[in-house]
Amino acid sequence: MIINGVTIDDTFAEAFGMRGTRVIITAQNLKWAYNAANAMTGFATSVIACGVEAGIERELEPSETPDGRPGVSVLLFAMGSAVLMKQLETRMGQCVLTCPTAAAFSGIEGGDRINLGKNLRFFGDGFQISKQFGGKRYWRVPVMDGEFLTEEKTGMVRAVGGGNFLVLAESQPQALAACEAAIEAMKKLPNVIMPFPGGVVRSGSKVGSKYKALIASTNDAFCPTLKGITRTDLSPEIESVMEIVIDGLTDVDIRKATRAGIAAVCELGAANGIKRISAGNYGGKLGQFQFHLREIMSENPTSGEAA
Amino acid sequence: MSALTLTLKATLQQRVDCSPLTPDFLDGKSAAEIAAIALHSGNRKVRVDALFDIAGDDTTEIVIKNSNNKLDFIGSKLASGSITVHGDVGSYLGFQMKKGEITLHGNANAYVASGLAGGNIKINGNVGDFLASAIPGDRKGMKGGTVIITGNAGDRVGDQMRRGIVLIEGNVGSYCASRMLAGTIGVLGSVGDYVGFGMRRGTLLLFSTPKLHATLQDCGSHTLPYLKLMFKSFRDLPSKFASLDQNRVQRYAGDLANDGKGEILVFI
Repeated sequence: MIINGVTIDDTFAEAFGMRGTRVIITAQNLKWAYNAANAMTGFATSVIACGVEAGIERELEPSETPDGRPGVSVLLFAMGSAVLMKQLETRMGQCVLTCPTAAAFSGIEGGDRINLGKNLRFFGDGFQISKQFGGKRYWRVPVMDGEFLTEEKTGMVRAVGGGNFLVLAESQPQALAACEAAIEAMKKLPNVIMPFPGGVVRSGSKVGSKYKALIASTNDAFCPTLKGITRTDLSPEIESVMEIVIDGLTDVDIRKATRAGIAAVCELGAANGIKRISAGNYGGKLGQFQFHLREIMSENPTSGEAA
Repeated sequence: MSALTLTLKATLQQRVDCSPLTPDFLDGKSAAEIAAIALHSGNRKVRVDALFDIAGDDTTEIVIKNSNNKLDFIGSKLASGSITVHGDVGSYLGFQMKKGEITLHGNANAYVASGLAGGNIKINGNVGDFLASAIPGDRKGMKGGTVIITGNAGDRVGDQMRRGIVLIEGNVGSYCASRMLAGTIGVLGSVGDYVGFGMRRGTLLLFSTPKLHATLQDCGSHTLPYLKLMFKSFRDLPSKFASLDQNRVQRYAGDLANDGKGEILVFI
């Protein structure tokens, strides 16, 4: 399959079942909502060392938030419910409780109910106040800027993490420009985040290493500077490879995001140095989900709804 | 199916306990069975059809017409359906009610919504003392649900109230929110003396500064973000409170003689 001169490899991305949750963060203005959300989703690129993969899903208009202030929605994903709950609590405590004017609310109504501000209330040292409206419990914790307002619980659902595709280009600037275009298109979609810096990762990994202590190491087959000395996956003209990793609430969301991202890359096409799109997998043995690139790019954009 | 309508025809000498007249208790009963239900009245028992003209057959929707202030315990332990009353009622309206709706077009006596745990009570009229309060011997008053009063309320509104929302569009008497444990009371009109006496937790919303006794202390003026959330939850209520949209308040905390975690918020 070739789209606008870009070869789509006959391969698939392999993804895993994860646990996901959404938190709505509001503040006096968007600037401070972002300050809280950026802190909360900082150091959350990969579950390997960060515990969670997290990112900002989108901005919210005042009319969309529970307290009528500007806000952003944040998605967090982890490999298990225990680690997700632990990470949510510590990140809430250090990044949202601390951020001036910020408040936090549940972003998922269904699913299992997990603690959002339930235990943060004890920071109030007995001066905390509970209020229930519309069947939901909120906590008012007195802090130095006034009151920290948080909903007690949010929802946790089964989600999918690790959807991905690789952009192979003739130069580093061209690979990056294509990835930026892809991220811009993918950010318009709900229910997904691209957790790496700016949504793009350059250090794709393979399983295992020559060093016993490491479980993963650089994906030498896709490293352009090793073309001559390793079993390379790259043709001579490829000089740079970048990857976009996608976590989503459902596999349909990841399919849609993958399609939007690859379409944006292909729009730049061979004329802009983009040669190939590939994907990372483990031979199909580890992950519960497989996202076949050619199938995603050939299907009707709306057919994912029924999948 | 039309609403089961009970029109009071008897002249009452004694109070009548109307607690069996709820949708849950009448569910599945025939007209004859409903007519034969015995209601306690003083030291006697009186058949329903001796007191009321009975019409309609939908027991999920009960209408009581020509009611007067001798009918006690209307909607007691109500767990589903609705009761609409035209005329005054006696005490204990909605006593320990769990779910459903009660609408009263008239005045009610004491202990309205005592032990209310859920559901909505709307009163287009005035109520007596001990609205949403605990009866003697109970440790908690109202425990949930929403009560809206378009008129005035008597003394001891929300005495030992534990949870829920009471919104009063008129004035209230003395000892409003006394010994309150938690929950929210809003009063658009004036309140009497000793507001928040022994108040432990909970919120009292007022529109004019009341006379405060010594153990209620001024915590200054604030813009409280949670008020927006609360007023949003009021939006669909059939009350003047539905249009509230200000979150600038003077905050008084107390009663310091009893833990002092309650708050009286006066809009400024």
